[in-house]
Amino acid sequence: MQPTADRFKENARAALADAELQKSLARMREGFVGRRSAAVERLPEFDTLRDEARAIKDHTLANLDFYLERFEANVAANGGAVHWCRTAEDAREAVLNICRLVGARTVTKGKTMIGEEIAINEYLEANGMTPVETDLGEYIIQLRNEPPSHIIAPAIHVSKSQVEAAFRRHHNNLAEGRDLSEPSALLAEARAVLRESFLAADVGITGANFLVAETGSVVIVTNEGNGDLTQTLPRVHVVLASLEKVVPTLEDASTILRVLARSATGQEMSVYTTFATGARREGDLDGPEQTHIVLIDNGRTRLLGTEFEEVLRCIRCGACLNHCPVYGAIGGHAYGWVYSGPIGKVLTPGLLGQRNARDLPNASTFCGRCEEVCPMRIPLPKLMRAWREREFRQPMGSPRAKWAVRLWAFGARNPVLYHLGARLASRMLRRRGGSLRRTARFPFAEGWTAHRDLPTPEQATFQSQWTGRRRAPGRMKPAAHLMSARS
Amino acid sequence: MTTSREKVMGDIRKALGKRAQRDEAAEAALAARLEEHAPGTIPARAQKSAREQVRLFIQMAREAEASVEEVKTLRAVPGAVSEFLAAHNLPSAVVVAPDPALSDVAWESRETLEVRHGAARPTDLTSVTPAFAGVAETGTLVLTSGPGTPTTLNFMPDNHIVVLRAEQVVGDYEAVWARLREATAAGPPQAGKPAGKMPRTVNWITGPSRSADIEQTLLMGAHGPRRLHILLVRG
Amino acid sequence: MPKQEQTVGLFVTCLVDLFRPNVGFAVVKLLETTGWTAVVPRGQTCCGQPAYNSGDRRDARRIARRVIRAFADFDYVVVPSGSCAAMIKLHYPELFKGERRWAERAEDLAARTYEYVTFLDEVVGVRQLATRYDGTCAYHDSCSSLRELRIKERPRALLGRMGGVKLKELKEAETCCGFGGAFCVKYPEISNAMVADKVADIAASGADTLISADLGCLLNIAGKLRRNGKATRVFHIAEVLAGMAKGHGIGGDPEPKGAPKEQPRLARIGNVKR
Repeated sequence: MQPTADRFKENARAALADAELQKSLARMREGFVGRRSAAVERLPEFDTLRDEARAIKDHTLANLDFYLERFEANVAANGGAVHWCRTAEDAREAVLNICRLVGARTVTKGKTMIGEEIAINEYLEANGMTPVETDLGEYIIQLRNEPPSHIIAPAIHVSKSQVEAAFRRHHNNLAEGRDLSEPSALLAEARAVLRESFLAADVGITGANFLVAETGSVVIVTNEGNGDLTQTLPRVHVVLASLEKVVPTLEDASTILRVLARSATGQEMSVYTTFATGARREGDLDGPEQTHIVLIDNGRTRLLGTEFEEVLRCIRCGACLNHCPVYGAIGGHAYGWVYSGPIGKVLTPGLLGQRNARDLPNASTFCGRCEEVCPMRIPLPKLMRAWREREFRQPMGSPRAKWAVRLWAFGARNPVLYHLGARLASRMLRRRGGSLRRTARFPFAEGWTAHRDLPTPEQATFQSQWTGRRRAPGRMKPAAHLMSARS
Repeated sequence: MTTSREKVMGDIRKALGKRAQRDEAAEAALAARLEEHAPGTIPARAQKSAREQVRLFIQMAREAEASVEEVKTLRAVPGAVSEFLAAHNLPSAVVVAPDPALSDVAWESRETLEVRHGAARPTDLTSVTPAFAGVAETGTLVLTSGPGTPTTLNFMPDNHIVVLRAEQVVGDYEAVWARLREATAAGPPQAGKPAGKMPRTVNWITGPSRSADIEQTLLMGAHGPRRLHILLVRG
Repeated sequence: MPKQEQTVGLFVTCLVDLFRPNVGFAVVKLLETTGWTAVVPRGQTCCGQPAYNSGDRRDARRIARRVIRAFADFDYVVVPSGSCAAMIKLHYPELFKGERRWAERAEDLAARTYEYVTFLDEVVGVRQLATRYDGTCAYHDSCSSLRELRIKERPRALLGRMGGVKLKELKEAETCCGFGGAFCVKYPEISNAMVADKVADIAASGADTLISADLGCLLNIAGKLRRNGKATRVFHIAEVLAGMAKGHGIGGDPEPKGAPKEQPRLARIGNVKR
């Protein structure tokens, strides 16, 4: 998909005007937040586990080279192959070559964000193959030819009638009279159609929630079971994974798994968590003949070792999205790329370059809910601020906004000037607002007054009225007691 | 010419700076951390007696929409399977994992029950498999792949029946890894490498397949089985 | 009551100074009746949040140094704003991390600085108030108060120690109102969607009064309420506690007696839809 992260304002405007989307977002807000909260309440050790999960990832990142080498050695010991890819292009090439070598035509896919990131589907299609998304949400958006709008619920913005329309348009054997008005009927239809793809696939591509260094295992987590059918049935299993997916041991993976599902959907555990190690063994009746792990950098090493390193702890649970009031107002597409919500605000500038995503770190009130719910304790507001600091230091962004900030700051450092300016502003506002104590219009405040009235002061500034009263500590006479308040 | 691997590794090491310059002691510490594979905090909820763990397992599995039926011995399995099939109007035919764990099940005691042993086929509607463990903490089944336990039996059929013995139930995830390491260490030595001992797949299964991708409506049977039925064997 | 006169430095905040001086006077009044003398150093202007959150770290530090100096001689500093208090307590130390001298001074000020409600409850120890406010009141937790300073129960407890106040919890009390400093003017449509949700939540609660401890939130919410023609009364908690919550509060009376007709609203401003 072509990123549109540089058109955030336009995208957001369109999203706010989209009635269907707004309905879906309202539905989403209710569900995820309550369920996560209930799950957290049920596990007294939750916060301790978050601290441990954070420590595991920090330790792993600090020793990333060691753990990736160990992972690779263990993959090889199990007959698998590891392909190291610096860029998205390298990764696409690697995948294509693997597919070509086995003459692949149909390629099934489990849900993989890095797959979206490197745009593997378009590439495979351009090279004569048919990639089929098997996660129901991903399948729906594939049919509609649109990007995911949520990290774990990619089709959250799609209504059931829109799903029906997509099926009718693309499914060849769908009888016109068949009733698809209910989600259960739609699910049955998708199950039947995709089962054929599962069985026909030559290559199955999945992502990886974790790579376990200790054993060379790849962990995938789904509720549908599509990831398992994708990796078990075809002759070849390809795993797409970015570098930071590695964890040291099976126990480490288990610790983080305990906070993953609870944060994402509020489930105690996702339905299917699979640790896969290598290809078919002697005596096995099923399983892939080859396994390939495609390890992808695509900008991670540009974040490692910088003030943004902490963002690499992300386990893609989506909790930050679910709790973000900005995401809740505009949905995922507005962020213009694979990663939306608060994590997208930090990651997208890092991976696409800040110039291509300037608005993202700015479009936040720093309410802090994201950090509050992040299972990996990523300080998202702090990282967004760090992007703002970088923007401020560079010739980027609106010069007018920067000068406004500098002007304010200059005033703030010169109290006499500041207080004078405040007195003048107060006078202007009071005159404008009159006895109504508000105004619908004020110079330079269009952004505010477009949607709200601007309350105006009821008296002169506090500081101007305080003159003559206490300005410095020292021996003072107590003021008259005007009312009683007991301590 | 530097290979891709060297380039990526080089970028990682450069980004890490001093942290990548490890001395022998530091390297040894990292290796030791792997060898020790220490667990993190284990939730207290499943630190109970074996009996209470089984009870918790049943409760959590049912919460996850699996059905659980307690049977006295393996001998009761064919009957329980037939009843399950009848209750759901399913054909009286199952594909069974060709595993020694189920070799004592006398399938012929149910004449009308058609039994095939092997991996799953597209036409199979119901499978019967053993399990490696049951985890009380979240009502999760752990199934390992092997010559007798083909993975497709866990995912392809509409209905999945799992025969779980009560003594296979443990409290938490870490207990499963401990048991697995023990069990696979029993195999032929593989030059001391842990890697060779992991089964090809370890499936952790908590309830039947589901999706909420259509208007947030929760539905069972997305791609994996729509019913997960656990036969808990007490004796 | 403290045995001798206690002095507290008042950090007025730029918004209170300009938009709602009544809050400052309410703070002073209540403190003075409990034996605390409020002193207002002249050198204060702003806590530096606008610079800090815009990425202008250098100016944020300069402003912070000024504030640290202005309040160096006070044993207690009180701030009628969660976001400004959090700026001083949490972010000033971060601004000077690693620089021994200023880091120490910042930590020192942080330890002496109190958000107003916290100060009343913890330091002054107000257990009962003789003031009264008659109304069904919804309390909006500002994000800084809630998540940075972990204030949740105290304001409600204090309001409960007054006569007349009937508290009604908002379903989304903890959801951001969409102010966010520069955010509300940089991303006005998104901000509007958020504040629209907030006022809908207030309407659904049946409350006739909205109270909070952050003036930014209050200006934002009051502005939206008035634009929607709502008569909901809006006050800063300081005004309510001191018995200085008169009329409709922030944003004025929707229909003040004898006032000229409401100014005609603009149907459209530029390309922005209302």
